[in-house]
Amino acid sequence: MSKNELNLSEYSNLAEEHSYVESLESIHGSDAKEFIRVGIDTDNSSRSATFIQKDSSIIHCSKSLDGVEITGIAKALEQYSWLNDYLWKLIPHDKDEITRALNVKPDQGGYFIGIKKGVKAQKPLQTCLHIAKEKFSQKVHNIVVVEEDAELHIIAGCSTSDHLNSGLHIGVSEFYVKKGATLKYTMIHDWGENVYVRPKTAVHVEENGVFISNYISLKPVGSIVANPITTLEKGATARINSILVAGKGTYMDMGSIVQLNGAGARAEIISRAIVAGGTIISRGHLMGNEAGVKGHLECKGLILKDGLLHAIPELSGHTPGVEMSHEAAVGKIDKREIEYLMARGLDEQEAISTIVRGFLNVEIEGLPADLAARIDEAVKETEKDMM
Amino acid sequence: MLIIEELKVEVGDKEILKNVNLHVPAGETHILFGPNGSGKTSLMMTIMGFSGYKVTRGKITFKGEDITYMPIHERAKLGIGVLFQRPPTINGLSTRRMVEICAGKKSVNIDELSKKLRFDEFLERDVNHNLSGGEIKRSELLQLSAQQPDLLLLDEPESGVDLESIALLGDSINTLLNRGIKRPALCHNSITSLTPKSALVITHTGHILDYITADKGQVLYKGQLRCSRNAREILKWIREYGYEDCVECVL
Repeated sequence: MSKNELNLSEYSNLAEEHSYVESLESIHGSDAKEFIRVGIDTDNSSRSATFIQKDSSIIHCSKSLDGVEITGIAKALEQYSWLNDYLWKLIPHDKDEITRALNVKPDQGGYFIGIKKGVKAQKPLQTCLHIAKEKFSQKVHNIVVVEEDAELHIIAGCSTSDHLNSGLHIGVSEFYVKKGATLKYTMIHDWGENVYVRPKTAVHVEENGVFISNYISLKPVGSIVANPITTLEKGATARINSILVAGKGTYMDMGSIVQLNGAGARAEIISRAIVAGGTIISRGHLMGNEAGVKGHLECKGLILKDGLLHAIPELSGHTPGVEMSHEAAVGKIDKREIEYLMARGLDEQEAISTIVRGFLNVEIEGLPADLAARIDEAVKETEKDMM
Repeated sequence: MLIIEELKVEVGDKEILKNVNLHVPAGETHILFGPNGSGKTSLMMTIMGFSGYKVTRGKITFKGEDITYMPIHERAKLGIGVLFQRPPTINGLSTRRMVEICAGKKSVNIDELSKKLRFDEFLERDVNHNLSGGEIKRSELLQLSAQQPDLLLLDEPESGVDLESIALLGDSINTLLNRGIKRPALCHNSITSLTPKSALVITHTGHILDYITADKGQVLYKGQLRCSRNAREILKWIREYGYEDCVECVL
């Protein structure tokens, strides 16, 4: 079977219950190590809230900031009847086999995150979805609602246990960014060589709202196909950055679609992709549907070892007065750059890794220093596998 | 310091340098004149060991060691440094980090150095990203100040630099070469302990000669060094009669 196909029946819906952990500090051993790798801080004081789901069990859910709500999706739907107004509203439940598989009573998992009008969370909120059981199919439905003028940064880690051979993660995420609100969403993924991942994400940004998405996947993943759709109303902004590394065995088909639906809407999609034996299909699509919108798409790729890097940047304008541009480049490291660094004393390998690290060094705004340092560390580590 | 004997170099399939013999003794600054396309930059690239410059004959010796086929970084470690005319941009690598790379294991005060070169505001910028002609030269000099090579290859240090900045540039080059530095009277000992570095400088306009001291000038013409004498004298000849007549005088 080719890596862009998926056979849902190969995976099991059942996993044993994992016990709840009261305090984050008491998570030890391999779990803690795997969580930390994807940005989870076990020191609660640096985060405004934490949600951790292992297989289908919520093993931790806590918050330290008033005005923020974080709950398992099933419980939230019981508690708040109004939440039904946000369920399956951005993504049709009968869209494809994945949404159909998820359109059961959402008792499997996922979270509801809400932040009240005008509340600006200084510290990020963190979530972690972790797969530990072999052949388990983790199904989640996530809803995030950022009320008017509120600000929130979510660090969303996804990981699997070191011993896990194969697993499946399917999810629907619906994000609502209300008028003048800001949502930053930083995802760090560490899946595993035979793990299949099929997230369906849709984001609606109201007037003058801001959505910033950072996606980082440096470790092997069996197959991931993700094409989130962001819709921007009048004056809304989206900035979407991704950093992808595909070693041998990795298949990634990634790229955002942004619909610019209101005058003054702005979008920027930036991706850096490195192929070192695997496949990356790097997409991006800006749709200008209203006059006075602006967008730029930048997709740059390096091929270090045989594989496939297929850049598909798309622009479509439906009316006069849209301004959109793209820049795509697929290539190798410029010899002049290598030799320039060698003339300053680095040997060839050191020069190449310095350039690769620079290539991946996309400015990610608002990243907590500890996380920035950890990503830098991960890039260094990944480099060893790439060369 | 640097001895080049009967050097023949091809770029692509074209012979660029036909027969170059050159000697830069320790502590001397030599100026290399020559019309466009005469092979000046090729000579520097060959001394540094860049790919694409194929040595088909001859020998390059630096500090007594045959470096003709040595990898670039080993030449750098041995003490050769280049000021590039058009260095590439390296995305995602800050100039500060680049200067650290140049310093290697030496400890340098990057902030102080860059302040002196009026480069402090560009330190966090990617190497050579959106820099003007003069800023590129200052960035290169900053890197070389951290690298502290014993032989400097300066490829048109004054090109693209406005008149106001050229004095600063000349001053910085002198400092780097340990030549003509003003020092407080108390430091007699340190003056004598600073031995000047060697340099080979390419210049088109000769403007840089108003700011640095040259021990000797040479003219590279059609792939060969044709003249060797006082640099200012050569410059005068070239200005007056052009390159062709200038090299005639020695034939």
